[in-house]
Amino acid sequence: MSTDATIAEICIAACADTYTDSGELLAHAVGTVPTIGARLARLTTAPDIVLTDGEAFLMSEPPPLGRSAAAGGTIEGWAPFRRIFDILASGRRQSMMGASQIDQWGNQNISLIGDWQRPTRQLIGVRGAPGNTVNHRVDYWVSRHSARVFVEAVDMVSGVGNDRVAAGGSALRYHRLGVVVTNLAVLDYDERGRLRVRSVHPGVDPQTVVEATGFPIDVSGARVTRSPSTEELRLIREVLDPRSLRSREVPD
Amino acid sequence: MPGKVSSIDAAVATVESGMTIGIGGWGSRRKPMALVRALLRSDVTDLTVVAFGGPDVGLLAAAGKIRRLVYGFVSLDSIPLDPLFTRAREQGALEAEEYDEGMFVAGLRAAAARLDFLPIRAGLGSDVLPANPGLRTVASPYSGDEYVAMRALPLDVALVHVNRADATGNAQFLGPDPYFDDLFAMAAQRTIVSTERIVPTNDLLKEGTFHTLLFSRMFASTVVEAPSGAHFTSCEPDYGRDEAFQRHYAAAARDPETWRAFAERFLAGGETAYHEAVARFHAEQGES
Repeated sequence: MSTDATIAEICIAACADTYTDSGELLAHAVGTVPTIGARLARLTTAPDIVLTDGEAFLMSEPPPLGRSAAAGGTIEGWAPFRRIFDILASGRRQSMMGASQIDQWGNQNISLIGDWQRPTRQLIGVRGAPGNTVNHRVDYWVSRHSARVFVEAVDMVSGVGNDRVAAGGSALRYHRLGVVVTNLAVLDYDERGRLRVRSVHPGVDPQTVVEATGFPIDVSGARVTRSPSTEELRLIREVLDPRSLRSREVPD
Repeated sequence: MPGKVSSIDAAVATVESGMTIGIGGWGSRRKPMALVRALLRSDVTDLTVVAFGGPDVGLLAAAGKIRRLVYGFVSLDSIPLDPLFTRAREQGALEAEEYDEGMFVAGLRAAAARLDFLPIRAGLGSDVLPANPGLRTVASPYSGDEYVAMRALPLDVALVHVNRADATGNAQFLGPDPYFDDLFAMAAQRTIVSTERIVPTNDLLKEGTFHTLLFSRMFASTVVEAPSGAHFTSCEPDYGRDEAFQRHYAAAARDPETWRAFAERFLAGGETAYHEAVARFHAEQGES
């Protein structure tokens, strides 16, 4: 165990851990830290996962971080957007998405803030979140854990939460929320489907997580998030992200 | 077969107020911007616009052309949000019909197949359903499953921009992704194809394999030659996104005063004047 890992690097390892049991499926990752996490998993514990360049190509060797296949790497397949929708419906995919808001049941919102008819702040739209969450495993990445993100109720349910599935029908049987990785902690879901703190990152007081969460959250079982191994740190720093784009998403 | 080749303005003059128009491309990628700019200059209004939105949506919204917008997202890709679109929504300036991206594709597929709807799992449990109160679910006749019955999204006119086309409308994409331009064309009564270059049919396979022939002239009614017709969105491999100009667009769009100046400088004249103004912009940036 290394002791000098940054928070960004600890988050990357936590993202990589979401693929441990994934097998051979498409790893969809939104954001710098989740993208490095998927690439780290492919090089370590999850060699079978399929990576993309974020555009139209499946990559057996990914291009430089933040660039498309035109900048390098090895193309192993073609997956323009139309095929992505086919793949996600097949279930051979796993996503780590961002969240502008998320509630205690894991309902996620990326669409807008405020009222549907006339939002106070229009965001990007629901994108693929409704379809992703009812077709395959979805995890979330929150780079700034705060009570503005972790809210009592989200303004527009984009990614479907556990309470909605419990109230829904059999067509929702592929719904599976994994974890929420934040800059403070790793959260997972209890047996009723509510978020709880699985681990806090080294040096983070569990009370800080409670105060930065806008709904009551159970920290009683919280351990300390694992730090990346020496080899993982070498891969992150020398191979995957030598320009340290990760520190722009989570400052050192 | 009557000739399909038309000027930009003559092609767009066939678009009427109140129509439902689909716009191809994706975000800030291979958007038929020359056709959109011609729409901005026209007196057409009251449109229903169906798009995976980028600056096409922002521009039409800011010009007051859109009554109703049907979308899965609106984004400039390298810049997450289009300020003209977000302001239109925040001011309640248009009716919004927002779908999951997969639902949106299902709606186009349904229209292309002349069906009322297609079943899809996406949308179940999400607020897309209450936000679209007309949307129904449908029970499987084979199991206990209940799916979203995504309504068809039929189009009066589709506007798409492709790398190459012949004069009869056989359309070719040379970049990494066809997006959904063929589906837009098939879901529409009429399709206006703008292209970087009109080439002889014999030359279609000179620059790409037969896999790049995206849709047939059966689905094209008008062909317009519009070099740099996707600017400032990307049109790989002919050109990438003009990031400097897109940044200028997005910065100007944040404030009504600077937006008026931008529109006056770049959008008041025709397509030739637009490209001249863009060239002057780059010269001033010291990039030419």
